[in-house]
Amino acid sequence: MAYPLQLGLQDATSPVMEELIQFHDHTLMIALLVSTMVFYTILTSVTTKLTNKNMLDSQGIETIWTIAPALILILIAMPSLRVLYMMDEVNNPHLTVKTIGHQWYWSYEYTDYKNLEFDSYMIPTQDLIPRQFRLFDTDHRMVVPTDSPVRMLITADDVIHSTAVPTLGVKMDAIPGRLNQTTFVVSHPGVFYGQCSEICGANHSFMPITVEAIPLIHFEDWSTSMLAKI
Amino acid sequence: MSEAINEKIKNYSTAPFDARFPNTNQTRNCYQNYLDFHRCNKVLSAKDHDVTACEWYKRVYKSLCPIGWVDKWDEQVENGSFPGKI
Repeated sequence: MAYPLQLGLQDATSPVMEELIQFHDHTLMIALLVSTMVFYTILTSVTTKLTNKNMLDSQGIETIWTIAPALILILIAMPSLRVLYMMDEVNNPHLTVKTIGHQWYWSYEYTDYKNLEFDSYMIPTQDLIPRQFRLFDTDHRMVVPTDSPVRMLITADDVIHSTAVPTLGVKMDAIPGRLNQTTFVVSHPGVFYGQCSEICGANHSFMPITVEAIPLIHFEDWSTSMLAKI
Repeated sequence: MSEAINEKIKNYSTAPFDARFPNTNQTRNCYQNYLDFHRCNKVLSAKDHDVTACEWYKRVYKSLCPIGWVDKWDEQVENGSFPGKI
């Protein structure tokens, strides 16, 4: 999960996020190399004592510094498009969860079999117990089975919200009257956090998303117990 | 034919990929299945056929559509104020 002074991306918990991290590292490395080279070139140009008042043009270097950036851009575009299309692949989901944004909480609906629906409010800071994370933990979590393609359908009840879980590589806008679809697979069990990512009023910063991934054999027990409770 | 559909309904886990709605926006997928369920019911009951095949559309729209939307549309259908063509 996120931690103070974090610079990089959170560790991946889904195959897609692993690919996105690799692409990000690849592109950032190219950006750093280019920036270093440019900085060095400027620095040496500005501090040199050499002068040549007769240099007008040079076909050679102009050709090189046109072709080289084009090749670099191709080197970036290829993995970019590969990951983009990978994210769009058809995968037959095992489960559908609906996420509905409200001011200022999320509600989740699991209606493939019975009608399981519940709200998920942030735990107020004064009510936290020692193991809980401030501004992240919620009273009810969105529970999903591990290693199963999950379809998430997102909408909102009032204003625009956005659901995001960085470690899963998920971010999708919640728009009233529209049903947005995203899919993900959780690689290993755990609890994963995200926050509302579209300004939605006074408590926009206080409506987090908590996803809990458990093995499939336990998932049915959870949904049965939730149906009994709610 | 109806055995095939009943078999599909029995083995239902969640709404499968529908090539008519390949993109992110699934609003129409939900709405279309809701319409198709009611149309299927209307047509089959008019001819006194078995309506269990229509159950497929119901399972799909129940999976996809938010409960609030379904409740609102059900109320409109009951009132006769549902805007869609059934």
